[in-house]
Amino acid sequence: MDTAITTMTSGRLWRAYGVEAKYESVRMLRTPAFAGPFLVLPAALYLLFGALLFGSAIEKDPKAAWFMFLGFSIMGVMGPGMFGFGITVATEREHGLLQLKRALPMPPGASLLAKMLMSMLFVAIIMASMAAVAPLGHLRVPAGSMLAFSLVGILGSTPFCALGFLIGTFASAKSAPAFVNLLYLPMIYLSGILFPMPKSAEWIARLSPAYHLDRIALAVLGAPGNDGVFVHIVVLAAVTVVCTVLAVRRLARHG
Amino acid sequence: MRNDNIAELDGVNKRFGNVVALDDFSLEVRPGELLALLGPNGAGKTTAISLLLGLSQADKGSARLFGLPPQSIEARRGIGVMLQEAALAPELRVFEQVDLVASYYANPLPVAQVLDLTGTAPLSRRPYGKLSSGQKRQVQFAIALVGRPKLLFLDEPTVGLDIQSREIVWATLRRLIADGCSIVLTTHYLEEAEALADRVAVMAKGKLIVTGTVDEMRALVVRKRITCHTRITVDEVAGWPDVQTVSNGQHGLLITASNTENVVRRLLAADEDLHGLEVQSAGLAEAFTELTQEVR
Repeated sequence: MDTAITTMTSGRLWRAYGVEAKYESVRMLRTPAFAGPFLVLPAALYLLFGALLFGSAIEKDPKAAWFMFLGFSIMGVMGPGMFGFGITVATEREHGLLQLKRALPMPPGASLLAKMLMSMLFVAIIMASMAAVAPLGHLRVPAGSMLAFSLVGILGSTPFCALGFLIGTFASAKSAPAFVNLLYLPMIYLSGILFPMPKSAEWIARLSPAYHLDRIALAVLGAPGNDGVFVHIVVLAAVTVVCTVLAVRRLARHG
Repeated sequence: MRNDNIAELDGVNKRFGNVVALDDFSLEVRPGELLALLGPNGAGKTTAISLLLGLSQADKGSARLFGLPPQSIEARRGIGVMLQEAALAPELRVFEQVDLVASYYANPLPVAQVLDLTGTAPLSRRPYGKLSSGQKRQVQFAIALVGRPKLLFLDEPTVGLDIQSREIVWATLRRLIADGCSIVLTTHYLEEAEALADRVAVMAKGKLIVTGTVDEMRALVVRKRITCHTRITVDEVAGWPDVQTVSNGQHGLLITASNTENVVRRLLAADEDLHGLEVQSAGLAEAFTELTQEVR
């Protein structure tokens, strides 16, 4: 039969991905409960602990200055992906928006990519704010290193997006924040990024993607005490792939 | 099946656990028609629409949309969709919602034109989350239209709308049909189906009970209704041949009969003061009730 179906030009197709990403970012920036804490907290907490409370102590200990800066930066990287994906996917799934978009001719993966780009935009803003306040924590980082660190943070947000995505595919809209916190808080406290872990418990820290991102960031910044990055990149890539595959399969089966 | 069908389900079966949602169900949507899909709750309407939209797959049988599998994005670029239970992002403004969905299509209508067409232009700058439920339905209707669809799926489009908004929806649908668009409408408002549908398909328990025009549906129900003011009593009329039911109503004696001519003749003969006589054919509501009652 003559379907008279019109095809999309590649220009319009790219535009569709762009528009989806734009509105995903706009809606999250308009959500004060989301944008406020994630954009402001990392730099604010770093200023509180790194400058106001322990400023004089870490001035004499460059290693501690790095530790604190990286810790709050990685915390900033984790939040938008985990909460952004976890809560919005759960809500859109429960409220039928994902189903509507599946029925409409939304380009394949556009919603997923839009959420990822939204998370990366948030992380870029967080990285910029951390770079701005770094000197107040007694850190002098060359611009090139800071740029490389920011790129690591932006790309390093993908495993956290994947974790949030997986949570969003099984949690209800109401329970999603609790499920995300169940993973997010132990990751912060037990990954050694904010509180040093004893050698005997380092294996626990190694279970967390935050630990591996911290190691990569250390290497990129040339901070003391870093080792090779290859294993850490493999771990983060594996977390991203496994969580995404599981989430996509679950969405396909259960909607 | 005709090969010029816009969409079709052919002998599909669909089960959810032990529940049979569709049982050897076939349905076709023809070019330029408004097909009303009617049925009581749990009849399988939503499952049938889900198969046509590619949201689920049949256990047996086939679903085609513009001759393609419904999962194909090329096929879906020809449709517009208004689902009953889809909450759009509350943070986005009305204009942005429509602009976002317009980006999915090759040649959408200008957003401002769709807003004018659906009466949502005054809401353009308002966040979707701040709208009333009726206004949200209007925006969802705008979203369904923005891609210049050749086939429109509307699930209870006028639930929660005020009379004026409902008139806008009805007028727009009539215009779309005149322009050659096909529409699949599921509704519980039988007067809506009666007012708009070219063809009606009645479902119950996962099966297609009957399909035809609204007049054909009415003709399936032989009963007609007679009302009149008369001194003849209910007990008297109840014993007459062809009379099915009789009662005293607000507008006098209310009789349903299989052969109204005979009953009217006898009424006039028995009471020369009889007045306010009205004879009505069964409406779609009566037809629907009778057709689905047998399957329940």
